[in-house]
Amino acid sequence: MTQPSVKQVWEWLETIPDPEIPVITLVDLGIIRDVAFDGETCVVSVTPTYSGCPATSMINMDIETKLRDMGLKQIELKQQLAPAWTTDWMSDKARDALEKYGIAPPQPSGGPKRCPHCGGNHLEKLSQFGSTPCKAQWRCQDCLEPFEFFKCI
Amino acid sequence: MSVDKQQLLQFLLRQGDNTLVLGHRVSEWCGHSPILEEDIALANTALDLIGQTQMWLGYAAEVQGEGKSADDLAFLRDAWDFRNVLLVEMPNGDFGQTLLRQFLFDAFQSVLMGRLMKSSDEQVAAIAAKASKEITYHVERSADTVVGLGDGTEESHNRMQAALEYLWPYVGEMFESDETDAAMAAAGIAPDPASLREEYEALIGKVFAEATLSVPESRYNHKGGRTGYMHTEHLGHLLTSMQWLQRAYPGCEW
Repeated sequence: MTQPSVKQVWEWLETIPDPEIPVITLVDLGIIRDVAFDGETCVVSVTPTYSGCPATSMINMDIETKLRDMGLKQIELKQQLAPAWTTDWMSDKARDALEKYGIAPPQPSGGPKRCPHCGGNHLEKLSQFGSTPCKAQWRCQDCLEPFEFFKCI
Repeated sequence: MSVDKQQLLQFLLRQGDNTLVLGHRVSEWCGHSPILEEDIALANTALDLIGQTQMWLGYAAEVQGEGKSADDLAFLRDAWDFRNVLLVEMPNGDFGQTLLRQFLFDAFQSVLMGRLMKSSDEQVAAIAAKASKEITYHVERSADTVVGLGDGTEESHNRMQAALEYLWPYVGEMFESDETDAAMAAAGIAPDPASLREEYEALIGKVFAEATLSVPESRYNHKGGRTGYMHTEHLGHLLTSMQWLQRAYPGCEW
């Protein structure tokens, strides 16, 4: 095959869902930092969300599988630590998708803006930690439903 | 300024062994915590610590230059090769003691990482920047729990005070300095730990006051962990469990 453009590779990557939160893609999440060709080799730089996130190895495997399916033969995945990932890199499209999915998107204030279920704003924190390293547990005092908040880091 | 590779390796092993041993200790709670939220919180904290270990020991293995991986360093060294402070290998005790140990360590890490982010070594600075985001919410949570239990019921207060008296003699070791620290400070890689004590005392003093806990006056320190001179008997037991699989089935992968 002829070598695809970098833009084409980004478009392929844009279709890979996050393994834990499938309504957003890896590109939306902001963890793919760079795509480049080094000769024949497609080099994708990925930064971890949290240092111990178990999804990291699955994410790398998903990227490699996708690019192989698209016909790329030589793929190199680079882990990029600096600058450290921040939720500021998450796209607006991803923030909307998270809220529709029932996860309150990250806010600079450090707490959710409103309940993703009923829109209420009487909220309380249950725990700084949740089902994945990137989320905390909150509850809405209006509808009494618990929900997850994507931590702002 | 160039730095002696062996000294840099010692420094990195100290960082990585601290997070590895505490990460394993905290993971021992998985499935045993008093309530579900705390179980999840402890497991997540352990996971962050193990993630930080992969970065520190990964870099240590690279500096060592013998073709080893972070996993080799974690699973194939014996107790005398570990360079963690004694505090992190102390047994979990009850939930309060676990969280108090966590707070004493988190507070230290929060002060240290702030300085390491400005390290002259780019990789150290990058790891510290990544880790400090996690440590910020670790210390927030462990401090909150120390206050909640310290300033809680008579029972919880007494247990927290007893835990503080038990763990206090292990705090001083974090601020010990030796020739490795001097080499790191001279190269601008890391601060002299002794220089962090004042900021640390201010941070923990505020939290303990709010928690109505009295900081013991004794300055007697147990030490020997970070130099590898002598660990407590607890480390060996921890390693038999942590390293069992790689010892029984060398090179096993899945």
